[in-house]
Formats: sequence, structure tokens, C-alpha cells
Amino acid sequence: MSVAINIEHAVKRFGDKTIIPDLCLHVKEGEFFTLLGSSGCGKTTLLRMIAGFNTIEGGDFYFNDKRINDLPPHTRNIGMVFQNYAIFPHMSAGKNVGYGLKQRKVKEPELSRRVDEMLNVVQISDLKDRMPSNMSGGQQQRIALARAIVIQPDVLLMDEPLSNLDAKLRIEMRSAIKEIQHQYKITTIYVTHDQEEALSMSDRIAVMKHGVIQQIGTPVEIYAHPKNLFVATFIGQSNLLNGKIVIRQNEKQVMLEDGEILATNRLIDACKEAQSVRVCVRPNEMDFSNSGVKGTIMDRTFLGTTMKYDIQLPNQQVIEVSKDAREKIHEIGEDVRLAFDPHHVNIFDQETELSLMKEAV
Amino acid sequence: MRTRKWKIDGWTLITLLCFAYFAFFFIYPISRIFIGSIYDFDTGVFSLAAFQKFFSKSYYTNTIINSAKVTTTVTLLTVIFGSALAYITRTVKIRFKGALDIAMIISVLSPPFIGAYAWIVLLGRAGVVTKVFNQFFHVTLPGIYGFSGILLVFTIKMIPLVYLYVTGALKNMDNSLNEAAESLGCVGIRKIFQIVIPLILPTMLASGLLVFMRVLADFGTPMLIGEGYRTLPVLIYNSFVGEMGRDKAFAAAISVIIVIFTTIIFLLQQYISNRKTIEMSALRPIEPRPARGIKNVLSHLFAYLCAFLAVLPIFVVLVNSFQNTNGMLFVEGYSFNSYRKAFSSMGNAIRNTYVFSTAAIILIVIMGVLIAYTSVRRKSKLTKVLDTITMFPYIIPGSVMGIALLLAFNKKPFLLSGSAMIIIAAYVIRRLPYTIRSSSAILHQINLNVEEASQSLGANRFETFIKVTLPMMFSGVMSGALMSWVSIISELSASIMLYVGGTKTMTIAIYTEVIRGNYGVASALSTILISSTIVVLLLVFKITGKREIEL
Repeated sequence: MSVAINIEHAVKRFGDKTIIPDLCLHVKEGEFFTLLGSSGCGKTTLLRMIAGFNTIEGGDFYFNDKRINDLPPHTRNIGMVFQNYAIFPHMSAGKNVGYGLKQRKVKEPELSRRVDEMLNVVQISDLKDRMPSNMSGGQQQRIALARAIVIQPDVLLMDEPLSNLDAKLRIEMRSAIKEIQHQYKITTIYVTHDQEEALSMSDRIAVMKHGVIQQIGTPVEIYAHPKNLFVATFIGQSNLLNGKIVIRQNEKQVMLEDGEILATNRLIDACKEAQSVRVCVRPNEMDFSNSGVKGTIMDRTFLGTTMKYDIQLPNQQVIEVSKDAREKIHEIGEDVRLAFDPHHVNIFDQETELSLMKEAV
Repeated sequence: MRTRKWKIDGWTLITLLCFAYFAFFFIYPISRIFIGSIYDFDTGVFSLAAFQKFFSKSYYTNTIINSAKVTTTVTLLTVIFGSALAYITRTVKIRFKGALDIAMIISVLSPPFIGAYAWIVLLGRAGVVTKVFNQFFHVTLPGIYGFSGILLVFTIKMIPLVYLYVTGALKNMDNSLNEAAESLGCVGIRKIFQIVIPLILPTMLASGLLVFMRVLADFGTPMLIGEGYRTLPVLIYNSFVGEMGRDKAFAAAISVIIVIFTTIIFLLQQYISNRKTIEMSALRPIEPRPARGIKNVLSHLFAYLCAFLAVLPIFVVLVNSFQNTNGMLFVEGYSFNSYRKAFSSMGNAIRNTYVFSTAAIILIVIMGVLIAYTSVRRKSKLTKVLDTITMFPYIIPGSVMGIALLLAFNKKPFLLSGSAMIIIAAYVIRRLPYTIRSSSAILHQINLNVEEASQSLGANRFETFIKVTLPMMFSGVMSGALMSWVSIISELSASIMLYVGGTKTMTIAIYTEVIRGNYGVASALSTILISSTIVVLLLVFKITGKREIEL
């Protein structure tokens, strides 16, 4: 049985250092929920509070209606996958997977049946009797996943499970984990610092910084409509152009530093004339054109499917533009102009760094 | 490779020289003792008489049973208590843990027979505690002698050794293993038996073997406190030097029996730990957490009790060394009298201790580093054989080594008995395996690329070894050498077989003074010995920058 997780006003302190000041979070039943942030943002700390390995200094944690603050980890019915897998090195793969079932007094032949079935699901049936020391990282990862899921936990907690794998294996395991999670529909909290991983796997993502949730949303929402400048720059590549609000024909618009006007109808009403803003444009949203922002190509890098250009603006700022590599290739030193669709940009207040865009339609 | 195959280069020469040393001072004496047990070199007659003599009388065979009883009981008790102590201090936050660790280390490094002597002072027939107890309860306790006394002294002495080893293993255990077990529903005692113990079992076995070997080989403790309870090393000593005169063949036969005994145990331990060895490295080690209530109190009590008992003997000799004496009795008042007496009557022994041990350690470091270097970096069939042979001294108890050297070098052309050289040779042979092992470990950690970089920049192999490899090994080798020095100055069981009046060392002097009842002088000498140990320990801490030791 999967559960919904409710966290109300969580506080975490280590000594007199506050890691998480006041955090509320609601994870839906069966959801794949990711905590995303750079190291030290408190994401692993929060995960370990849910698991019961960290003390909770304030607030309430609920699995459905059950308050779990004071329950020891082994009574919370969680499955946990650790960053370094934490495979018991003295037990075979099969023994590792069966371990939790034994603790739950599951008897043969059901024990073997469930272990075998699980090993099948993670595709390591042939390794059942092998010792972990002779296994690759990916294989150990599969054991760790099987061991956590086979006990049919209410919640699956994963702490950067893919960070020790090489790039190719990581992508393979991403889809494996996602597939298995969908199959079993276990409420999952997944911790990572890898935005690509978060975007590709999650139902919803919470972006964290300094113990505070910056934004919660689906991958698309977070990518397309970041709530503040931090989220905009943390998720994906962003070029930031300085500008200010001007009023033309009774419409609020943005004037960039070199005088270009961006006409957008998505600005919120609270914007004031002459307010300083930062305009965030993704490198792939920019096009070479006859009009628009002026610049000079400083360098270009071929990346296979795309060509990346470093372009210097008149104010010496260097921005990035990426184009399909099959398009016309521009030369270094060439003067260009860059146009972009004002509806696809995000505009933030210079000082508060909060979004000045209306909610997505 | 620039070297041509047929050319004997410097490294081969060094290997051969080390080989020669080992052949002369180890292989020859040990094979001599094996052959000597069934063959009389003077008459040229083969006979099993010595073995027949041993197995015909329960007076002799009992020593095997006694030794087995003492060693297995002590090993079991110390592994249980030492591991428990290590686990408790690793999981529960203990106040003054640093001081506790230092106490444990000092106790491990102090000579074992000092413990025996100190416990006699406390709990012997006329012991301080015994007297108070007897007066208070109007009973007459016999004091601790025989089996129970040996058991007490050894157990208290060896718990710190197991503690230090197991603590080291627990440091390498990642806490996520604990957490994984807990998240799957396994806690408390079950977790300890299903997860923790299987993972540290190889270390528990290794430390158990060490305790077993040390207890089996120890000669001073059963000699002082055993009284009628005779163990194998006591029998060897008596049959060779003591009461029964010099029956060479008989001493050789007992030596063979002991070596067979230790070899079996050694192989058994190797077999088990080879099968169970698990590589572990901790990203996030276990953090000790503050405990509450009765658990906290009991944990502290247990830890402090172990540490207190471990260092108690050292305090006893320290206090005794300053106490005034009248003949064999301690009397009121404190002074430096015992020290004055020690320096005037035993000055020679004090000097010998430092001279012999320093000479030995220089030889050990040179040979140890070279053998380690050739066997790690210049692998060949020859170095492999050398590597194996140099590990044999592990299983040869000190008294057996002493007898072997004596029997081998008591006649021309190799007349060395009674010389300082033979004692130094015994030290070198006994301690060299440890230095080789630690130097090899250090070398394995040095990336080969660093040496290759040096060679790519134009230095030849020898220059590279001197200018790059050696400096990188320096601090590790130095601290290892200092620890070896500490164990050499406390060595008794081999040197007591080999000494003559002029080559007496401090440990021998302490032993003979205790036997004669000159407790004052014995205490003063023991204090000098322990102080040297502590000074060296501080030096090691300084060099390594860590508050721990490699044993």
C-alpha cells in the first residue's frame, strides 16, 4: 500500500546551525517526487528525516494520517536506496534481497518466490548466488533497488542512487528505476543534484536551496516557468540580459540595454515603470536574424547535434546560443543580430529575483 | 627495460644478501632445532627418546593442556570483551574517549610481565588489596596464583589489543550498512549478529590469533604468577636453563611441539579469514551518539573499568618505584633510592637495552624497506620466496627462537652465544616481518606513476628510489620503526635464553629482580621502560599527526 506524505513546518538543526528553517511539502500517493538542489541544500537531510535516520527538531511528518516523527526507522515500512548502495558485502545477491523479507518473518517457499520474482524484475536473476564484491556498480545498484522494493514499502526513498555510475549506465538505470516505480506505484522520494535526471524521471520536482523549497512543479512547469532567478539558472542553460520596464502605447514592455523592445503581454500588473529587470532567454530560443540584439561571435563549439556559439554583446557580456548543427554555420568574428520570441522568455525583478510573469495559461 | 636478464643488478644483490641473513639466523637455527629433536649431533644417533620422555609423563603433557586451556580461555574472553568494548565506544558517545584510547595504547605497549608483577603487589598473598580484604572480612584469601591469576593478568592485558584492532575495523564500516539493515527491519542484537559481527569477523579472528600467539609464547607471566601451573614456555625454560639442567634434545622436542601447535592455529586462522575477507571502506563512518539512562551509565562504566584495569599495573609500578624499601619490603616514605640503586647496579642493563634495540632497529628498517621494495616493485621468484620465509617468524615463539639460536651458535666456527650480536639477531628476526608488512602496505599506496614520472624525467631506478620513493615512505616507515623499537625494549622470552652477565637487558633485569624480591629496583626499571615507551608514542603521534597507532 502506497501512502501520501505530508510534511508540515519541518525544522532541522545540527547544533546551532539551522539546515532547514521551515519546510512544508505534500507528496501524493504513488507519485515520483524529486528533491533537486546542489550539495548542502538540505535535500538529503530532509530525506533522512523522512527515513528516520535524522532527528526532527520541529514540525510534523505524516504517512497518510499517521504521524511518524517518533517512529524508529524499521517500523516506518520504508525502502531505502543509498548513494553507495550499502549492499551487505558478506551476503550473496539473493540473500541481500531476501534480507528484509526474513526480518518480516516471510517463510519459504514464498520468500524464494518473491526474491526470484524481484531479481527478475531488476534483471539480475543470473547473479542470485554471486557475492557483491565481484559485481559492477550497475549490478549492485539493481540489488539495492530490488532489496528496497521487495518488502513492498509504503515509501521508496532514494538518495542520489545514480551518482556513482558512469554516464551510459546512469541513463540505462534511469529508465529501469522509472519503469519499476510505475509498475509498483510506490510513493517515491528521489534526491539528486542532477537536473537532467530530475527532469527526465519525476512526476514533480521540488527545487531546494539553503533548506528552503524554491519551487514545486512538474518538470515542464519548472523548466518553462521558473518562479525565481535561481530556479531559472539552476535548471537548464540561461542567458541573462539586463533591461528595464517602459510604457509604450499604455502597454508595459521591457527595454533591453541596447534599446531593443520586448513586447510581451505576460507581465504582471505590479510592474512599475523604470523598474530594473533581468530577462532570461534559453540558448536554443535565440535565432540569428536581421534585427534584434547585436553581437559578435567570439567562439564556436561543435557538440554533435548542436553548434554552440559564444557571442559578445556591446556591453562586453558573453552569452550562449545553440543552434541545430545542420543549419548554416557562422564564422568566428562575424557580427550578428539575435532575435527571440518575447513569449518564451522569463523576466525577473533585478532586486528580489522573483518572476514578473503571469501564471502559465 | 634497460637491464639485461643475465646481469645481476643491485636489487638482486640486496635480495640475495637479505636471503643470506635469513638463512643464517633463521632457517639454519630452526632446522637445527627440528633435527635436534630426533638426532644427537654429538653422538650421531637418531632417536625419538625426547618425544617419548615428553609423552610418557603427565608432568610434561599437562603443560600442553595447561597452555591450551590458558590460551583458548584468554583468547575467547578478550575477543568477546575487546570487541564489545570497541562496538560500544564506536556507537555510544563516551566522555574522555581520547584519554581512554591513550590508556589502551600505553597498556598494549607496556611489557606483559609488568602486569603480572603489579597484580601480585595488589592481589598476591601479601598484596595490598588482599590484606585490606582479609582484615575487613576476617578471611584468608590465598591471593591470585595459578590458573585464575594467569587468566586475570592476560585477559586484562589483552583486551586493549583486541579493542584497538576491532575499533580499526569498525572505522571502515559504512554507516549506511547499519541504516540499510534498520530500514529493512533489523535492529538491536539481531543487527549486531547478522550484520556487524560477520563484517568484522576477519578482524576479530586476526586479533584473536595475535592474542593466542602472544599468550602462548609469553614466558614471564606464568613464571611469576603461575607457581605450580606450568605452561609450555615455562617448561622449555626450565628444561633448558633452569632446574632440570641442559637437556638439549628435550628442549628441542618441546619447541617442535609448540611450533606445530602455533602453525595449526595460524593456518586455521588464515583459512577462515581468507574465505571471509570483505573489503570495506567507509564514506560515512559510524558516528558515536549520546545514549541516555541506564545504557549510557553501563557503557561508561564498562569502558572506564576496562581502561582503569589496563593502566592500573603501570600506576602500581610507578608508585612502587618511588617508595622506600628495606631489603625486600616496601616501607614508609618516598625517594629516588630505587632509581639510584637501579642505575648503580643495573646501569649496564639499561645501557644494553638502548644500544641493542637501536642497533636492531637500524638493521630492521634497512632490511625491511629493501625487502618490501624488492617484493612489491621488483617482483621475481626469488623475492617471492624471501617474502614467504620472512613471514615464518610470526609463528615461532620467542623462547623457541632463543633456544634455536643458542643451539646453532654455541660452537665454533659460529660461536656467537653470549655475544650481543646473537641477541640483536633474535630481535631482528622476530620484528622484521612487521616492518616488511607495514613497508609493503605503504608502498602499495604509493602510485607507481610517481616513480615512473621520476624515471621519465631522467632519474635512474636507484636515484628514483632514494629521491622519490624513500622520502614518500619516510613517515610511515619511521613510525613503524619506532613502534618496533618499543616492542623490542620489552622483549623477554628470547633474550632470557640468550643473555649472559654482560649482555643483560632491562627486561631481564626486571624479571630477575622480581624473582629475587627486589621489587624497588624492578619498579624503577619498569618505570624507565614505560617512560621510554610513552616518549616514543608521543613521537609517533607527532610524526603521523594522528592519535592512533599501527600495531
